[in-house]
Amino acid sequence: MPEEIIIPLLQHIGAQTSPIVSVGDRVLVGQKIADSESLVSAPVHSSVSGEVKAIEPRMTKEGTKSQSIVIAPDGKQEEVQFKGLSGEEALDPEKVRLAVREAGIVGMGGAGFPTHVKLTPPKDKPITDVIINGGECEPYLAADHRNFLEFGEKIIDGLKIIMNTVGAKNGYLGIETNKIDAIYHIDKLVASEANIKIIPLVAIYPQGAEKQLIETILEKEVPSGGLPSDVGALVHNAGTAAAISDAVRLGRPLIERTISVSGYGMAGLTNVRAKIGTPISHVIKECGGFKGKTGKVITGGPMTGVALFDLSVPVIKGTLGVVVFTADDTSIPNPRSCIRCGRCVDICPARIMPNYISQYIEVDQIDRADDFSVLDCVECGLCSYVCPATRPFIQLIRHAKAKIMAERKKEEN
Amino acid sequence: MGSEYVVSAPPHIRSGETIEKLMAWTFLALSPVVIATIYAFGFYAFRTIVVSIISAIATEAAILKYRKMPIVIKDGSAAITGLILALTLPPKVPYWIPMAGAFMAIFFGKQLFGGLGHNIFNPALVGRAMIVISWPSIMTSSWFTTLKELDGITTATPLAAFKAVKAGTLSLDISTVYKTLLFFNRGSCMGEVSALLLILGGVILIARKVIDWRIPVFFIGTVFIMSLLTGNNGPFNLLGGALLLGAFFIATDPVTSPVTRKAKVIYGVCLGLVTILIRFYTPNPEGVMYTILFMNAFASLIDRYARPIKYGMVKAK
Repeated sequence: MPEEIIIPLLQHIGAQTSPIVSVGDRVLVGQKIADSESLVSAPVHSSVSGEVKAIEPRMTKEGTKSQSIVIAPDGKQEEVQFKGLSGEEALDPEKVRLAVREAGIVGMGGAGFPTHVKLTPPKDKPITDVIINGGECEPYLAADHRNFLEFGEKIIDGLKIIMNTVGAKNGYLGIETNKIDAIYHIDKLVASEANIKIIPLVAIYPQGAEKQLIETILEKEVPSGGLPSDVGALVHNAGTAAAISDAVRLGRPLIERTISVSGYGMAGLTNVRAKIGTPISHVIKECGGFKGKTGKVITGGPMTGVALFDLSVPVIKGTLGVVVFTADDTSIPNPRSCIRCGRCVDICPARIMPNYISQYIEVDQIDRADDFSVLDCVECGLCSYVCPATRPFIQLIRHAKAKIMAERKKEEN
Repeated sequence: MGSEYVVSAPPHIRSGETIEKLMAWTFLALSPVVIATIYAFGFYAFRTIVVSIISAIATEAAILKYRKMPIVIKDGSAAITGLILALTLPPKVPYWIPMAGAFMAIFFGKQLFGGLGHNIFNPALVGRAMIVISWPSIMTSSWFTTLKELDGITTATPLAAFKAVKAGTLSLDISTVYKTLLFFNRGSCMGEVSALLLILGGVILIARKVIDWRIPVFFIGTVFIMSLLTGNNGPFNLLGGALLLGAFFIATDPVTSPVTRKAKVIYGVCLGLVTILIRFYTPNPEGVMYTILFMNAFASLIDRYARPIKYGMVKAK
């Protein structure tokens, strides 16, 4: 047990929650400690039993401090009484959505959008296809693989609950072909399910990106600026599906998740179940600590993850993993002029032109970047990965996106 | 706030491709041609190549120093410009010709536009064009041999010879010409010494993914097909002249060619058509170098109209 568990009030896209416990309170495992009235939000729960030590801003992966509930675990791990839905209740979409909301479930593939909102598709856009995303988000990460092997039944149960809740006919499980054991395992489990199919995926980045997965499995493209529901699709991460099953059948909230711990700077490479709120430094210690001279510690994957300077940052609901590079693996890029080689254009999964976009942003012609569809960028990082001039595409593009969105907000008001 | 860990923006892993590696592979791919040309033309070739490369690097370094920019000559781009320029020259030019050419290539062709990545026209070709305009007589009288193997022919290049054959002022056995062009041709620019070695270099660049196959394939393909369609000799127009050097090593210069795959196809075809136009419908026997310079001006324009269709350009339900 770490000395303290740090649970940020905002771990998702949407409104921040407010604490419903006070400093000095004793909390139990699974006890709701913060909630919000807002529609797009998700409550947070304690992952340990212990005493609320502080409610104060703590460091997050973004590099800024955010209001968090700090709990000193007592090691007893006493749980609150969990109560799931009965078989009949679990068929009622309203009850399922409420159970998912109360369990604080958000998308566990990284984005962290509240799941109960995704389970409430707009009436004019019926969902026909539900896809369980088992295409690992990024290289170095293998949490989904582990989830399929350990929680196969729960994932399939979660898929069935989702399909029933949104009224979808078809269920798909996308699993990468280099995880053949997971495919065999799941295949046995869905043998008797007529409308659930396993789709083997080529393990190629960014296969785990929602829109790319829909393109592969359903051979449809989500309209630019639209949502998967525009093509009748709904994508959920494999871990999320398992969490939905836990929430509905057992009433267990989302208080732990599978994360990958990897990279040549780690002593041991593994997938672990980590309690939400565990400091990254503790995860690293429990997994055997660093190996060699540490260069970079990343939360998330090596393509889109965030390099940390403070390892007290906690594991949250959307944390995919921890990747540690040695000093030898770590280099600071030295960006140069674009030589127009076109590698970024050839590889871009959104099929936009990062070269021109980045050059427009550099000279502050944000509107030209907008013309070149900068908003369609999925920020996969492949353009920078292949660039012989190691250009900082992602920073430039995020800068432009933020400016464009701010401009649009101003126009609306 | 100090931290013992490195913090930088994603992505945290890179493919390892660098400008230096691309330039180094271009050197490597050209090295068989360079060796052959030195073998064919001896000291002349050696002198022209060395002077050209050194002048290009020196000009680049001096201008970067003046502009107070980091002196990045180790990226190899100036050296490549020098080498390509040398390969487009006749072997027996006086030593100051590559010197002047390399200076003008780097100064007018590259640095005036802002340096690597910013120039519109291929620097080596800018240098070459300026020499041709400034000292036309030297450029047309510095050939090493005038197809001596073909007894008594005094035309300058194989293409000129072929034009003469067509016009009926010259008769010779075509198969001899092919052999010469493929293996060892001493009546040409330095870089055209062997078609076979140029193709080898091009294949290396394509296999190593230094260049995209589209520009050379569509360029050469268009010249070949259009030669046949216009009643000219296809294979000869492919092997003779500067087509292979231009298509594999000059037209593919990333900075001055289009970016998208579609645009590269269009660009290649246009290069082919303009080359045909110059070769068959103007008094000039050869036009590859001017063709590339001319098409350089259109590279960005073609890009604009040949953008990839982005993901999600489908109608919402």
